[in-house]
Amino acid sequence: MNAVQGEASQLIVRPQGSIKFETQRLNMFYGAFQALTDVSVAIPERHITALIGPSGCGKSSFLRCLDRMNDVIQGVRIEGKVLLEEDDIYAAGTDVVQLRKRVGMVFQTPNPFPMSIYDNVAYGPRLHGAPDRTGLDQIVESSLRQAALWDEVKDKLRQSALDLSGGQQQRLCIARVLAVEPEVVLMDEPCTALDPTATFRIEELMLELRQRYTIVIVTHNMYQASRVSQYTGFFLLGELIEFGLTARIFESPQDRRTDDYVRGRFG
Amino acid sequence: MIGRRVLSPKVSQAAAFALLWTSGAIVMLPVIAVVAVMVLLGARGLTWRFLTAASGGLLPAIAGTACLVVLTTLIAAPAGVAAAIYLSEYSRPGRAIRLIRLAIVNLAAIPSVVHGLFGLALFVMLLGFGRSLLAGACTLALLVLPLMITASEEALRQVPQRLRDGSLALGGSRWQTVRRIVLPNALPGIITGLILSVGRAAGETAPILFTAAAYSSTHPYPRSVFDQVLALPYQLYVMATEIPNVPAEAKWATALALVMVVLGFNAVAIVMRARLRAARRW
Repeated sequence: MNAVQGEASQLIVRPQGSIKFETQRLNMFYGAFQALTDVSVAIPERHITALIGPSGCGKSSFLRCLDRMNDVIQGVRIEGKVLLEEDDIYAAGTDVVQLRKRVGMVFQTPNPFPMSIYDNVAYGPRLHGAPDRTGLDQIVESSLRQAALWDEVKDKLRQSALDLSGGQQQRLCIARVLAVEPEVVLMDEPCTALDPTATFRIEELMLELRQRYTIVIVTHNMYQASRVSQYTGFFLLGELIEFGLTARIFESPQDRRTDDYVRGRFG
Repeated sequence: MIGRRVLSPKVSQAAAFALLWTSGAIVMLPVIAVVAVMVLLGARGLTWRFLTAASGGLLPAIAGTACLVVLTTLIAAPAGVAAAIYLSEYSRPGRAIRLIRLAIVNLAAIPSVVHGLFGLALFVMLLGFGRSLLAGACTLALLVLPLMITASEEALRQVPQRLRDGSLALGGSRWQTVRRIVLPNALPGIITGLILSVGRAAGETAPILFTAAAYSSTHPYPRSVFDQVLALPYQLYVMATEIPNVPAEAKWATALALVMVVLGFNAVAIVMRARLRAARRW
């Protein structure tokens, strides 16, 4: 038992500096199927953390635990703790609405609402009690600027968001998340549906955003993980195999399976 | 195992296609035949005078049907849409939901004449509405409720889950998500379903036979929801069975008017659905 724990402590490195999220023995089940097993990890504040692993390894399930989006899915059961700073977000009496204001999420497929560009960005602030017209205009502009989309859309804010290209739609979805002023932005394979140019722009954007936000990105693109992230976690079959500085995970992984995966031997 | 082929694949394919195509074509025949017979026999009698005469014409029946249909929609639509929202957006699978769905299926299976007798017992007698527009509309509302629930639920389910996820992930409550994302996007489908249900209600005789319909030469139009009304299907029924010496032309003209009203509702619904489908792009 001690030997196992000693080994685990080497593999799962606790980041230095302040910690935004911490999970303690997190288990997750879809009905009888166990999707996550004993995941204990700390995610650093104002850094980009990448979660990698082959399809079905639990990385997206883990991500969705962090803003309780798994609550939407039927038959999901969760054990263990997820601490956002000091608060266990699965404790009874947690206000899920407040949680999701603090922890935003960008999805795999861009999902702008079928309404205008302006209304998409203003959606969140309006949910939570919009300020007056000028205030809302300011929020929309600053969110679109942060998402590096303002210059492309400033003359057509009233047009339908569905007329934008896929990459623009994804940046709009990021702007929509930023408009509610979250502390954390979760990204679930945000570039899967995008071409290389659009992917590059999203990656640039992430690097700008990391100064203000804690970002956790799930990606199956290892190059993306190594380009944008400072910390990387490798998932396999529902377990977190290894977690640490991205450079270490990619250059000198401690676990054989991590090594095989990052060298492209499977997955 | 393989055995000897009786027909070559080419021939069997041709035979199957011919058979299936014919079956498809046969479905269209009754519709065409009904409309053709009505037009041929009824068009001549369907004069402007016959349509608009208050006495001996169709106007009171058309007005009565319109009143019934509007009141039925006002009663059934809110309940139907609310139930559909519950089933599609809030319910979790379980015993209660199975029971609700069973109730909807069975409500839809009840013969319309039973609805009529039930309406007579509950609305006319027990609740004291009397034979009235209100009692008839309540009975018709029960009849179309399953249709409205099913059509509305279908429309709600067509709104993609990722739009709901987007709203929930921004901190929207379930109700905010329904109210701001799901309902506006499902509304066209819901309205189409409502129109189709209304068309169904407009053509029914049995549910209003004991609850609402009556001939009245003194008051051809209802003045309140507690008045009796005339309705197109009822007028046709009475003309065909109870009044002697009605010219055949008048009967056919009434039938034509009824078919036009019912098909008119369907046509509006179909055109609306086509337009909205073309406009929708998620």
